[in-house]
Amino acid sequence: MTLTPSGDLFPLLAAVLAALCCGLLGNFLVLRKLSLMGDAMSHSVLPGLVIAFMLTGSRTAPVMFLGATLAGVATVVLVELIKRLGRVESGAAMGVVFSVLFALGVLLIERAARNTDLDANCVLHGQLESLVWWEGPASWAGVVGGGVLGAAPPQIWTLAITCALTIVLVVVLYKELRLAAFDPALATAQGFNATILHYILMVFVAGATVAAFEAVGSILVIAMLIVPAATARLLTDRLAPQLLVSTGVAIAAAILGYSGSIAVPHAFDRDEVNAAGSMAIVLGLLLSIAVIFGPRYGVLATSIRRLRMARRIALDDLLGRLYRQEEGEATIVPAPKPVLTRARRRGLVVADRLALSDEGRAQAAALVRRHRLWEAYLVDRAGLAADHVHAAAESLEHLPETLPPETGATDPHGKPIPPM
Amino acid sequence: MALARPETLSIGEVLEVLSFHGGYNTNAVLAGSAMLGLAAGVVGVFALLRRRSLVADAIGHATLPGIVIAFLVAASMGASGRSLPVLLLGAAVSGVLAVLCIFGILRYTRLREDAAIGIVLGVFFGVGVVLLSYVQRPENVSASPAGLRHFIYGQTAAMRAGDAMLMAGIALSAVIVTAVLFKELALACFNDDYARVAGFPVSVLDGLMLGLVVLVTVAGLQAVGLILVIALLIIPPVAARLWTDRLLPLMLISGGLGALSGYIGAATSALLPRAPAGSVIVLCGGAVFVASLLFAPRHGVVATASRRAIQRLRIAGEHLLEAAHEHEIMRKSEGVIPTRTIRAMERLWGWPVWLGPMVIASLRRQGYLERNSGGYELTSTGSARGARIARNHRLWEQYLQTYADVAPGHVDWSADTVEHVLSPELVAELEAALKAKGVRT
Repeated sequence: MTLTPSGDLFPLLAAVLAALCCGLLGNFLVLRKLSLMGDAMSHSVLPGLVIAFMLTGSRTAPVMFLGATLAGVATVVLVELIKRLGRVESGAAMGVVFSVLFALGVLLIERAARNTDLDANCVLHGQLESLVWWEGPASWAGVVGGGVLGAAPPQIWTLAITCALTIVLVVVLYKELRLAAFDPALATAQGFNATILHYILMVFVAGATVAAFEAVGSILVIAMLIVPAATARLLTDRLAPQLLVSTGVAIAAAILGYSGSIAVPHAFDRDEVNAAGSMAIVLGLLLSIAVIFGPRYGVLATSIRRLRMARRIALDDLLGRLYRQEEGEATIVPAPKPVLTRARRRGLVVADRLALSDEGRAQAAALVRRHRLWEAYLVDRAGLAADHVHAAAESLEHLPETLPPETGATDPHGKPIPPM
Repeated sequence: MALARPETLSIGEVLEVLSFHGGYNTNAVLAGSAMLGLAAGVVGVFALLRRRSLVADAIGHATLPGIVIAFLVAASMGASGRSLPVLLLGAAVSGVLAVLCIFGILRYTRLREDAAIGIVLGVFFGVGVVLLSYVQRPENVSASPAGLRHFIYGQTAAMRAGDAMLMAGIALSAVIVTAVLFKELALACFNDDYARVAGFPVSVLDGLMLGLVVLVTVAGLQAVGLILVIALLIIPPVAARLWTDRLLPLMLISGGLGALSGYIGAATSALLPRAPAGSVIVLCGGAVFVASLLFAPRHGVVATASRRAIQRLRIAGEHLLEAAHEHEIMRKSEGVIPTRTIRAMERLWGWPVWLGPMVIASLRRQGYLERNSGGYELTSTGSARGARIARNHRLWEQYLQTYADVAPGHVDWSADTVEHVLSPELVAELEAALKAKGVRT
């Protein structure tokens, strides 16, 4: 399959722009645990559109945009109001507000706006495919000189302006947004009003939802808002990289989803499928990849880390017990076969019987030293009773990087602390 | 059935439908919707108390791919693809899958619940939309997918009596399970740690609760559609929460409000042309919610505001009586408080202009205050009451100084608020305590 400028340039552009502004704003929603505000808004956009249309009779972009943004802001205000008056948590308050507003929208469309192209299905599923550039050039080389700007449909302009404003917002208010995202109380204490910031953010989310709904459909906006940010959150701990990764993920999903919606069905000799939905699927796939293969928080990395830790602790336990046995303590030495094999392979335990090699003894001494130093520290400095410290020392001894300060020659039980 | 009707309705027609005389099919749909509202109201209470209301939203949206896949499977096996049980089974499977995905995300990543819900909702719905667009091309699938649209917005008009009965059956079983396990579910909702310690399998109960949510969602698909089914699960419980603080009444009221919305909504949708049942039912629920928010006797706005107003009036009256009593003591002979003194007091207390006249009227009605030439005069009961309030004030001040080590300069403000809520028993206790310390009261 090939993408053509006339059929695919504007849909692709719309998808990328929608992905960009939603992906960027979504970060602040995810960090502030407001993801579902995006959900609520994407539903309540509908009545805003319909009422704006009914009042003005026009379906031009600014009118629609204004109506839907007002509906978005009304959602935020109503949710706050119901939270306060009805004493319910925000999730339930949102549910009440957006479901009633959405129901109103559906009813109004059916009854009043029936014979327009304001169809609930388009609002829901997106109408990317309709952004055809009829006079578009036949080849991509012709796009540059082909008068793209003049031919761009209003949706593209709306999206481009929203995108530009969003980027300006994030760049200008980066410090404030970052602070408010992580610690709204501190932000307020430092003199940025977190509530005003919240409303600014919400207006932008409403705007982005509205601008993007024609591209991806009102419900799928939520995937665009949440999934890129969530993916980035699994890959990095810092806000700036997170913003970059999330926009990258969003744009990749837009391009892959759009081309996939054409290419994959064509490969099976079928007609293309809904592009917005395909983008949501690609987003889901990218998120799954991050969940599984993320370098730090991925399921795979976490289990490998855990496995390594478990193996090290098993080996440590074997060495520690052997050392104590040499000291004359009557102890049961745990010697499961794999652990023993590993210890022998590393030359820590002698080959013919269950006893420490010289190297093993040195390593075991260091371990027991850590254990007893911790016990001494916990009794002397932390004031714990001598018979309460063993369990804590048992876990702390496996962390060679942290050593408590030297206290004395013996531990609280009178056993010698092996020297370095 | 509703499409051919004219816009205007006669009252007789309305009554005919509402009183179950609108024909067998309409009756079944009305009864089915009411049952559905009841079940959703009851089950939704648990979701609300567990703060999982929006999980229901994700489940609702996530049924779309299941429905379309079930349709595809049925169509490929030669069936018409319109068989309701098959479609509902598909919906239930993908609803359960969505719940598992949410819990998987919460368990294996550091994302939080809101993000997990949003992700599952968006991605599942995306899969559904893609599949739907695939199915809607006639060259892809031989069977007509026309009926699938009903599941998105709900269309009771498309419901046959048998379908309505199926829905009602699903809803009823959800109610029965809830009734049987009421105690266990309640415990898991309010104190899951204790429930765990007491040996209840909380995760099983949790799963069961979400299973019930899935069940009700699936049952509600054809009536209200998958986007709006969440409204049935959320709105009645939130509305009922304004009526009561106890669990059993909460469930009954919530179920009742849900049934009412379902019944009125389905009837309206049957009577009006071009009124999708889902939206109408949800809007009825919304109306019920707004009415509850305003007029519910316990936490409704009107009830709360009037309780506050009465309280404020009482406290203001007590302040005035106390001050009047002190004024009387200071100027023993006359006993008349000039109006301008009262105005000065009001200014001192920062009362709004309307409060003073209301307070005075209320005190006069209770016989504590009498109008006199040039001012007001305390009656003997008013004087006694003022004395009692003043005494409460002093007692509390003494108590704070003696027992709580509060500096004398700081006790007046606290006593000013506490004096209004001291019960006679508490006053007696304070007296005894102070006497034991040798403080003269």
